[in-house]
Amino acid sequence: MLLTGALITPWVGAAFIVLVGHFPNLRESVTLVCSVILFGFILALAMTVMSGGTASLDFFEVFPGVSISFSIEPLGILFALVASSLWILTSIYSIGYMRAHNERHQTRFYVFFAIALASVTGIAFADNMLTLFFAYELLTLSTYPLVTHSGDAQSIRVGRTYIGLLLGTSLGLQLLAILWTWQIAGTLDFQDGGILAGNVSDAMAGLLLVLYVFGIGKAALMPFHRWLPAAMVAPAPVSALLHAVAVVKAGVFTVLKVVIYIFGLDLLTSIEMGQWLLYAAAASVLIASLIALKQDNLKARLAYSTISQLGYVVVGALLANAAGIIGGGLQIGMHAFGKITLFFCSGAILIASGKTQISQMRGLGRTMPITMTAFMIGALSVVGLPPMGGLWSKWFLGLGALEGGHIAILVVLLISSMLNFAYLMPIPIRAFFSPGERVANGEIREAPTACVIALSLSAIGCIALFFFPQPLFDLLRMIPLTTK
Amino acid sequence: MILNQLPILQVVLPLLAAPLCLLLKNSTWATWLTAVTSWLTFFVAVFLLQQTLEIGSQSYSIGGWTPPWGIEYRIDALNAFVLLFVSAICAIVATASGPSVIREIGRDRAYLFYCCFLLFETGLLGVVATGDVFNLFVFLEISSLAAYVLVSFGRDRRALSAAYRYLILGTIGATFYLIGVGLLYQATGTLNFSDLATRMPLLEDSRTIRAAFAFITVGIALKLALFPLHLWLPNAYAYAPSIVTALLAGTATKVALYILLRIFFTLFGSNFSFGTLPVDVIIMPLAVAAVFVGSAAAIFENDVKRMLAYSTIAQIGYMVIGISLATVTGLTGGIVHMFNHAVIKTALFLSLACAVWRVGPVTMDAIAGLGKRMPLTMGAFVLAGMSLIGVPGTAGFVSKWYLVTAALERGWWWIALVMVVGSLLSIVYIWRVLEAAYFRPVSEGAPTGEAPLLMLLPTWTLVATTLYFGVDTRFGVGMARLAAESLLGLVP
Repeated sequence: MLLTGALITPWVGAAFIVLVGHFPNLRESVTLVCSVILFGFILALAMTVMSGGTASLDFFEVFPGVSISFSIEPLGILFALVASSLWILTSIYSIGYMRAHNERHQTRFYVFFAIALASVTGIAFADNMLTLFFAYELLTLSTYPLVTHSGDAQSIRVGRTYIGLLLGTSLGLQLLAILWTWQIAGTLDFQDGGILAGNVSDAMAGLLLVLYVFGIGKAALMPFHRWLPAAMVAPAPVSALLHAVAVVKAGVFTVLKVVIYIFGLDLLTSIEMGQWLLYAAAASVLIASLIALKQDNLKARLAYSTISQLGYVVVGALLANAAGIIGGGLQIGMHAFGKITLFFCSGAILIASGKTQISQMRGLGRTMPITMTAFMIGALSVVGLPPMGGLWSKWFLGLGALEGGHIAILVVLLISSMLNFAYLMPIPIRAFFSPGERVANGEIREAPTACVIALSLSAIGCIALFFFPQPLFDLLRMIPLTTK
Repeated sequence: MILNQLPILQVVLPLLAAPLCLLLKNSTWATWLTAVTSWLTFFVAVFLLQQTLEIGSQSYSIGGWTPPWGIEYRIDALNAFVLLFVSAICAIVATASGPSVIREIGRDRAYLFYCCFLLFETGLLGVVATGDVFNLFVFLEISSLAAYVLVSFGRDRRALSAAYRYLILGTIGATFYLIGVGLLYQATGTLNFSDLATRMPLLEDSRTIRAAFAFITVGIALKLALFPLHLWLPNAYAYAPSIVTALLAGTATKVALYILLRIFFTLFGSNFSFGTLPVDVIIMPLAVAAVFVGSAAAIFENDVKRMLAYSTIAQIGYMVIGISLATVTGLTGGIVHMFNHAVIKTALFLSLACAVWRVGPVTMDAIAGLGKRMPLTMGAFVLAGMSLIGVPGTAGFVSKWYLVTAALERGWWWIALVMVVGSLLSIVYIWRVLEAAYFRPVSEGAPTGEAPLLMLLPTWTLVATTLYFGVDTRFGVGMARLAAESLLGLVP
């Protein structure tokens, strides 16, 4: 019942948005109401899981033994909670941003946004790999019109990269992996302890893992990361929710699901290829951070930072121990709050001052104090410093690396944190402390109120997650890591 | 009583309606006559399928002459299924044809067009229903001759040379087939499929039989447009009237593929075709080449109709790959793709027919901004295009699923890779159309407005069908599996 509600709400929302498309106020109220209802459903589902309950929903059999079906489990709940709570904030933010920026085709924008969220819910609650794959591809296709929203020559080019890499990796590698899994295991259900154990040789399992990890292009593991910086031409709310939270987190979430429920940690530890992929992910973390250092465009820098931070989740998954999985799961939530704050801020800066380059942002703290404070909080959280929620995910990832005896990975994590600090912190510091261009009367010119509210709330979220991370721990500890 | 006559009714209905069109000499009446006849044929096919599912395969003796002396019509799971979708596509295309035919062929010649349409349908259904190799040749020629004329109806003068080339190559194909049939008759003294099949194991070493096999295979491969015998197809599709392209794409190549299945599995038996003779070793590389050559040519094509024609060549490659795997899963994949592709390509070409109705020849320039000018038409094209790519949730995904699974089952890695890469290439050419239609600015004074509802409704019906069969696979895959099992002799 609750599950049906959660899955259907965004679709109903999309339908209503189409119906009332000609009345902007009504349309945006529908989006907002819809996001709140969705969050309510998912919160109720989270309660169900915490109290040990289950819920599942079977639609129809697509192939013999594989059906479109949904169920709830802790990791999916976490992902859905993060995405739906941030959808509320993004809805508030969009109202301010889209109007202030005079964007065209706003109805289309809100409709595809709702469909994208429907896909995310589908991914979060998928009960087997086929269902997840259906929702995964729907997410790719429904976000394409959002990424190419402006419809100019640049957006066509970007759209090609976006669709080429995302459809290419998924239809090219991931589908092959899924079919092969089906071939080997005879099922695609997500089962505790995995479905592959005992059926595959080490080499085959290694190849499968490679196909999965790179085939899940949304995880943006290098060298299949190009779509993410490219997608930054999209309007700020799209970058914020989809490319800091929904789409990219759908990618790493899928990696975690595959590792936990398809391979199983026991099998994964025994695969030699797992080590190499772990180092590949670590390399992705470092290289993306280095590239981020020299980006002057704020959104591009944030995009590379996202690639690097996604690498953390993949690292956590491939560490193949409890702490790694908890760290990876936490990173989904913590990074989402931190990064969405940063993207909200970058959009707010664009609207209020028209600035996109970091070099122009000296002294901006004086005209946009709230925005830049929120930016500071978000940046600290992404770096992983107290008192921000980002600390916890880094903490557990470090523990996981130690537990697995991967000192090199621990070193990479530390270096990367320093790099994060180096490319993020100078922005708010210069904004507050370096003398910028003098603004007439020193007046304060913030972005529209809706935007400011949204970015303040998400910044507060970052701090709140530091003090009250317990529910997330509880949720993640419930993930069954071995066969019952 | 009439239920016993269904197998022949199927063929007789359009055959009788064809000369009626000539007598009517009125385009409106001819349109309606064709549509009504095609729908009747479709309902006959539905009944036939139902009968086959209930009582198994059935035999019908023409004129009461018992086989193997008389001509036998034999309906089993495979041809009941093929009859169903071929007649369905004929019916849907006939329904949609009115406005397009009047605009592209003209009111004065329309009744001639419909006469050929019905003859073409007669030929196709006859080929599929018959259980006699020579009778098959007769119907094959009826459908082919009608097809040559249909292609030559094209507005563009180049349609004539395209039809001529099609005629020459098609006739060579038919002749090869006939030579093969002659050799078979010489060696066995019979023309009946099941009779031939029972005699075949004794004659496996006969050089005559092997020569017959080679002639028939090459002849049908020509009709099927299997690479490298595909040269007639792109121009014939590109310059034929849009409705004819939709009709040919959904039916003619599928029926040729059906013949190939019958020849390989029913007539000669899979042991002979794939065991004694290395057919798979020959046609699989050709099919793989078809996937690449067809897709690559499609990517560089500027005319959307031609582009889809090349894509058809690639898709035929997929079906042949499925067949040459010669396993239940492989055949299921091949047959289900035959069905799915028939629906998808007809939907695509019908949506192009809508576009042609409004803007004329559909080059990339002509369709600039068509997403805004004809939203329903382009919407249909995009959804059907997704199905062609094989996006999950569409019929194309289902066929790809089975084909790749079949390749993995046999442990043929590289074939699985070929199919995956092929679908990536299809993203490229579908996306070119999509970008032109949705991102290129509309030029001043470009014709704008939707096609008539009479064309849009059938197009969207097909689109809805491919989406439906993408999630509910019971019918398509169930029928294909049944057919595959009966072809491989696993069920009586």
